[in-house]
Amino acid sequence: MAALLESLLTRKVDLTKVLDWLKNIQVGRKHPRTSSVTLHKHEFIPFLLNFLRDQSSQALTHGPATPAKTPSRPRPSASSRGFPERRASRSGGGGSRGTSRVQLFSPTPSPGSERSGNGAGRHAGGGRAAHHADDNGRRTGRGGGTNEHVSPPSAGQLNFNNLEDFPPVGSSPVTPTGNKPSRRINPTPVSTDRSHSKPKMCFTSTPFTQAPSPPPLVLERPDTRVTAVSPHSLMEERELLKREKCKRAQLQTCSPAPASEEPCTPSKSEAPRVREQHLFGLFLFSENLVPNVFLELFFERVLERRYLRKVHNCVYFAVKVLENHLLAHLDKCTLRLLAENERVASFSPRLRDRLSQAQDTSTAKVLSPSVSTFIHSVPFQPATDNRSNFSSDKAFHTFKKQRDIFYELLREWEDFHKEPGWIFDMALGSRIRGIMSQLTAAGNHSHFARLFLKQLVQMCKGPRVSGSSGDTPDADLLVMLGADGLGRLKRLEERLIQPHGVGGPCPPPSFPGHQEFFRDFLQAASCCQLNQHLQDSLCQQLLQLDEVSILSPPTPVTEREEEEGEEAKQRFASVLLLARLLAKFLGFISFLPYQTTEKPSREIQEAAVALRSKSVPVLDVCGVLRNSMKHRRTILTVPWLVEFLSMLDFTGPLLLNYRVVLGTLKMTLGRCSETSYLNRLLIVSVLGWLFQVDSSLRENSVCGVSIQDGIPLVDQQLLYTCCPFLDEFRKLLAAFVSGSSAKGGGIVRKITPTSAEPQDAAGGNGERSQQKLQADLEQAFFHNQPPSLRRTVEFVAERVGSNAVKHMKATFVSELVEKGDKMLRDGLESPKANPSKLNESICAQLCEAGLDALSRATRFCCEKSPEAIRILLPDETSPAVLTTSENITIHLATEKACGWLSANITGTLTWRHAWLCAPRTLFKRLPLNIQRLSGENGSAGTSHFTISQLNRIFSKDLLSVAVGPRMDEELPSGSRLQTLFRNVRDTLVLLFVVTLNITPPPLPPFF
Amino acid sequence: HALCMVSDATGCGKERQGHMKMKLSRAEYKEIVRWTEQLRPTRQLVSNDIFLPFSPQKRTKRTISRHHAPDVIESHYQRYEKQTQRFILLKSSKTFLLRQLYCVLHRICLFCFIFLSTASKSVLNSMLKEPSLIPDQTLAKNVYQCTVNDCCYGPLVDCIKHAIGHEHEVLLCDKLREKNLSFLDENQLRAKGYDKTPDIILEVPVAVEGHIVHWIESKASFGDDHSHRTYLNEQFWSYWNRFGPGLVIYWYGFIGELDCQRDRGILLKDCFPTDIVVLGRAAQQD
Repeated sequence: MAALLESLLTRKVDLTKVLDWLKNIQVGRKHPRTSSVTLHKHEFIPFLLNFLRDQSSQALTHGPATPAKTPSRPRPSASSRGFPERRASRSGGGGSRGTSRVQLFSPTPSPGSERSGNGAGRHAGGGRAAHHADDNGRRTGRGGGTNEHVSPPSAGQLNFNNLEDFPPVGSSPVTPTGNKPSRRINPTPVSTDRSHSKPKMCFTSTPFTQAPSPPPLVLERPDTRVTAVSPHSLMEERELLKREKCKRAQLQTCSPAPASEEPCTPSKSEAPRVREQHLFGLFLFSENLVPNVFLELFFERVLERRYLRKVHNCVYFAVKVLENHLLAHLDKCTLRLLAENERVASFSPRLRDRLSQAQDTSTAKVLSPSVSTFIHSVPFQPATDNRSNFSSDKAFHTFKKQRDIFYELLREWEDFHKEPGWIFDMALGSRIRGIMSQLTAAGNHSHFARLFLKQLVQMCKGPRVSGSSGDTPDADLLVMLGADGLGRLKRLEERLIQPHGVGGPCPPPSFPGHQEFFRDFLQAASCCQLNQHLQDSLCQQLLQLDEVSILSPPTPVTEREEEEGEEAKQRFASVLLLARLLAKFLGFISFLPYQTTEKPSREIQEAAVALRSKSVPVLDVCGVLRNSMKHRRTILTVPWLVEFLSMLDFTGPLLLNYRVVLGTLKMTLGRCSETSYLNRLLIVSVLGWLFQVDSSLRENSVCGVSIQDGIPLVDQQLLYTCCPFLDEFRKLLAAFVSGSSAKGGGIVRKITPTSAEPQDAAGGNGERSQQKLQADLEQAFFHNQPPSLRRTVEFVAERVGSNAVKHMKATFVSELVEKGDKMLRDGLESPKANPSKLNESICAQLCEAGLDALSRATRFCCEKSPEAIRILLPDETSPAVLTTSENITIHLATEKACGWLSANITGTLTWRHAWLCAPRTLFKRLPLNIQRLSGENGSAGTSHFTISQLNRIFSKDLLSVAVGPRMDEELPSGSRLQTLFRNVRDTLVLLFVVTLNITPPPLPPFF
Repeated sequence: HALCMVSDATGCGKERQGHMKMKLSRAEYKEIVRWTEQLRPTRQLVSNDIFLPFSPQKRTKRTISRHHAPDVIESHYQRYEKQTQRFILLKSSKTFLLRQLYCVLHRICLFCFIFLSTASKSVLNSMLKEPSLIPDQTLAKNVYQCTVNDCCYGPLVDCIKHAIGHEHEVLLCDKLREKNLSFLDENQLRAKGYDKTPDIILEVPVAVEGHIVHWIESKASFGDDHSHRTYLNEQFWSYWNRFGPGLVIYWYGFIGELDCQRDRGILLKDCFPTDIVVLGRAAQQD
């Protein structure tokens, strides 16, 4: 493996061949040119990544310290220490902001302790050493009953990761340049079987692990030819690394003194190698072989900001990666920060330009729109909540009290939980337990569980999981400041708070916002009956959600897609967020009994596995995942499964079904070939997070099956909501900007605070607040009505709106088009016809008439909606409710229909008549002329050519525009339109000159 | 004189019909209470709008409990036994109880009776409501006198208050109908099996001063700290917990500072709101 890399770097092997080899699905094929080295693709990739990381971490350590010319050599003492200490000490002394790569990643509290809520000690520093010790410990106890399904890689194999068994090669300081301190490269051993029992911590700089053999149950994996990594290979790795180090060191000493702060492109000797690296990187990113894309990205940024002098390679690498990828998918703010990063600019002005360009076109927004954040209670529904649903009067009245106490607790929590010294259990614990004992006495658990879950969903489902106490002032602020001002305020707030909160790309699982209340409530209650009821209904709801038809089959009718693409996305987002929330709590409750603050010893774990494997797990995760793969619904299932699994206790991953599901997920990660980039990104990032955050889950190598969910359902906002850690990248950039500005170079864009003007609020924004109020009222109306009412209204509105559109298209619009055609034809027939003027006037007329379509559609909706609603709602519905429902339906249907019509029909009309009708009518006139002309001078060939050319241009390009873009990609860019216009112009000129033999009339200015 | 003072303090001397400023600041309220405490309670004070907010009832609540202790009741009973004159309760109230506390007398009487008889509480209550049911003639007359003269407690006062409360509920319903707002009243809600019922639930919510309102509770009293706190815990939050945000109308005003839960969904008003936004008006205009 190392040899391959070596030969690659020394250009013995053609890069493209290696890429081909890697792309090839067939695993384990020998590389043609390096037949001496038997290795596997899936082994190579982690190896390469480790190598890249190592190279960059080398830059980290070498960068400032290497050149003897640098007067201040930071902590030379560190060099003499062993490497784990070195890392730890570096991270410890790295300053308040996480400048060191290691510090950014390592000292995160273990998820297990986080979950159990009493913040166990942090495993800071020395993580590497701990790993090895642990590996060792695990190994000695191996082979017990737990191992039945594991298929140990090779039982008698020596543990190469154990540094005690295998002291690092060349542990004596290698000082190739004499004056260089002996900074050993950490060999980063590629573990062969660090499968299950790593300590739970987010030590992300741990090497990617790979188990040569997957659990046997995963049959999809074709690779059975497993060769154990020979001791020889590790030696090789080390040798290679050593060589690399020497080489680099030489380069460093050879290259011009890096004392100048000015970044420059890599020296010539380095460039090709770096370029190859970047090519690899590119390939890996694009092929989704990187377990955690964002982790890598994060790395690069960390590196970038850290090494002012010798990091050019890294920056170059990062820049190249960015240049080719992700660009279109980053959000605007990130793009801006990137564009303003002077280091990026100095390396690749092209990238900077592209970044600033992308900024303008970026549709990706992260700032969540102001959702109606008013927190509602769970409505009392007589159907489920009145006396007849309870076994006795006593139970009914007990529950009445409990509901009130529950909300009292919630309000109290909102008011006080942020105050220092407030402890949940001390403040609310006794009252919660009081509720529980009453519940048990009255047997009301199912009612309470329903209330609890409904409230949870209501408060935490939305994308905004703000931790602010209950009443968000957004609505008022919006009224006062307007959308622009509010956004500015948010940004300002963000800047003041966030850049310092760089939490690393892999935060442990958390319960943000109100979720914390519900988690703490469950912990304080510790009521097994309640938990059981919650589990039951969580499971049921999750499985129901998982089957929700989010992936409407792609309908051939393009219009349908246009209409519903956005809606489908929204629906999908809401389903996904809900499922993730429920899954997290299901996982929390299910694994709560097994949570321990400390990792249990292996004997205890084995015993636990033996015990727990006998009972039925709460959720058939394997079945769910298999099913979802079969039906190509992984885009929905995987994210929520990840949430569920992130709650696993220490022993959980050892259980058969969880192990299998983790293995399968790992393979998904390897070969997730989503057609939509963002879909893929979502899956890859959540999986990357799962496996990174819980290192004990990383067990299998990267390989696997191909999964495809076809429809782009994920948008930027959903992505960021699901993976808040993606924001870290932006924060890092922001931190970089503020950091560099402190040094006097950077550009921190000033956010000018504007003061609110209350007088204006009443007058100027009155309209806006009225609209918001109406929307709120609409939501409020449904709140106290049975859920079926809302479903009915939404369904009817959707159908009526759609029908209105169809009706308009079938009648009115086609009439208009015909009329336009006729007008144009008539106009052109008149001798003094001026095509451009004619066009314009017809367009104007048609557009005016097109507006009529809106009023017609409105009329259509007003007629049809009430009929349908009246038939579908129960007869007993009170007149006021009925009328309101009708009005809302009309409103929604009209909105939908008119929205579509004004966006598409009017546009279509304009386009059609400006561009389509003119040539079409020309064609109709043409044959005469052509006949005449071709008879005369035989230039028929030319005219045919021209016509086909015309045809091609108009039918393909313009039709796609006229029908309306289905996706953003189809929107013609400015340059494309220009080219198009130029083509059209040329063709028309040609047509006029050649065919009609006349000088062309003046063409419209936009030609 | 005191009456004039109060009138001055409340900002206008107008009588009931004119709508006076009834949203007081806490400081204003305390000032008025200081004056009215010196007033001798009369029935007029209970039923008169101006004084209702400051009715002595609120003060007596603080002291009444001290008459509930068994030994105190015992001593009351002893006195009653000694003086066999008619209307002894009434008279004695003037002498040995706090001067103004007619009202506690019938309670005392009740407890006296408990000492004497083994009758159940409900029977006792019905006897208090209908003194002619009391077998002991003297006691019956005493109780009757107390009831009639007590201007803070007792069946008669309850009756008056109930009437006032009902009057305002009717007023509220009329106003709602006038505005063409459809609603369910308490009785309809109970029939549907709701466990907690505000006076009114709007079938279609409205917005009052920009706040959504699902339910309306009418309170024909003044919202002071004590009563509002009690109402919040026992009623208003319960309504919120079930029906979402709502509106409380304290027809006799309230302490302005208490109206601090607007953003959380409880809005206080001292009259029927004028700024009502109804759903769909905008849609209909379209």
